Amino acid sequence: MGATQLSTKHLLGIKYITKEDIQLIFETADNFKEVINRPIKKVPSLRDVTIANLFFENSTRTRISFELAEKRLSADVVNFSASSSSVKKGETLLDTVNNILSMKVDMVVMRHPAPGAPSFLAQHIDANIINAGDGTHEHPTQALLDAFSMREQLGDLEGKRIAIFGDILHSRVALSNIFCLKKLGAEVMVCGPPTLIPKHIGELGVEVSYNVKEALKWCDVANVLRIQLERQDIKYIPSIREYTQYFGINKALLDSLNKKIIIMHPGPINRGVELSSDVADSEHSIILQQVENGVAVRMAILFLLADKR
Amino acid sequence: MKKGKVILKSDRFVLTIERLCHQLIEEYDDFSNACIIGIQMGGVLMANRIHQRLQEIVGKTKIDYGKLDITFYRDDFRTRTKPLKANSNEIEFLIEDKDVILVDDVLYTGRSVQAAMTALQHYGRPKSVRLMAMVDRRFNRHLPIQCNYTGIRVDALDEAYVKVAWAETEGKDVVWIIEEKKD
Repeated sequence: MGATQLSTKHLLGIKYITKEDIQLIFETADNFKEVINRPIKKVPSLRDVTIANLFFENSTRTRISFELAEKRLSADVVNFSASSSSVKKGETLLDTVNNILSMKVDMVVMRHPAPGAPSFLAQHIDANIINAGDGTHEHPTQALLDAFSMREQLGDLEGKRIAIFGDILHSRVALSNIFCLKKLGAEVMVCGPPTLIPKHIGELGVEVSYNVKEALKWCDVANVLRIQLERQDIKYIPSIREYTQYFGINKALLDSLNKKIIIMHPGPINRGVELSSDVADSEHSIILQQVENGVAVRMAILFLLADKR
Repeated sequence: MKKGKVILKSDRFVLTIERLCHQLIEEYDDFSNACIIGIQMGGVLMANRIHQRLQEIVGKTKIDYGKLDITFYRDDFRTRTKPLKANSNEIEFLIEDKDVILVDDVLYTGRSVQAAMTALQHYGRPKSVRLMAMVDRRFNRHLPIQCNYTGIRVDALDEAYVKVAWAETEGKDVVWIIEEKKD
């Protein structure tokens, strides 16, 4: 029998949790997946827990997914977004959070544009903290749901080949995915234009390719990331059109490989840029399963952390 | 194991299972509208045995059998000292309008059964719910819950621990009473 509780009180990043933690989260998520496919999708586990969702940066999927997960566990939920709050009046992060906590909140789910913001909070406050994305650092719940979805398709990920395509430099999803997949024993490759791949990424134990076709030939799973136009302070690529030409994945390219490949995308998709519509909607794609699994995995994380004070 | 005392030996154990099966047949006839639900983990071991034996006696008709996990429904989550780990739910049929026989190994405070009844509602509205337990610790109840089909009744102090061992997992069918709780 594996672990029965997490080694940590917070989920700040995949870097800080163990392989056993990941496996416990997956086993618990299996049970929650069964729960959310019932006619009545709710369990009373967290009925005495209050959770604050603090979103200092925009989000649709992650925010709805967390909120659904919390509500299906019967937790009380308060939502907060930076655009409509006192943050605009100059309040510090710590003051904002301490004010919310003095209203007796047990857990905090936070997305913040500054890398390390959740770690900073964890050092100063008592509640369980879940990182829902901090700048270009980590997005642990996305990596866990990605790996959970891969495990559903392929079984144990030990020795499986996963390639991550696109803007690796700005992507917190890429970094968390690399940590998670390496901990589970998978082989990882990153592929994209040289300007969007960090210089020393090889030190994380991943392979690097600048050729989409080569990388697709190599991998069992292609996790395709979005080109983050909002984080491009300088021109990393000459044009979107040129990016699509060299790094876009389309049906013709997949057909030329003549093999089964799983296509994933954390969303939101720029249709016609990194993925063409005929690939995003094809039988290769498990993009919508990822979204469904997101709720189950987040329920598992909330459940396990709530038991850990 | 500290100071264990056997209160039900293997030969009597088998007889008890046999009796419980016949009690069920008396009540539910061919089980066309009844189903058996075992509570994870201990209850499932007992339900496995009951279901298997009933199926042998009843013969052709298939008796609906499910496993229910109550981890997410427990009222001591976050207050107990040991962490909880969930098990799977395996209920492949609707319990709407069925006679449900809920099976657990030991009926003690009644809290597990209460959690199980809450969990059951999520699979439909049963016509009736009856409770079967191998051991009924009748003086230790916290809630007004009673057993309909009982293996043996045990009058023990709160400090004592009653354990049902199964041949499938521990090599021998036997019920123990241990003077001190194991944790």
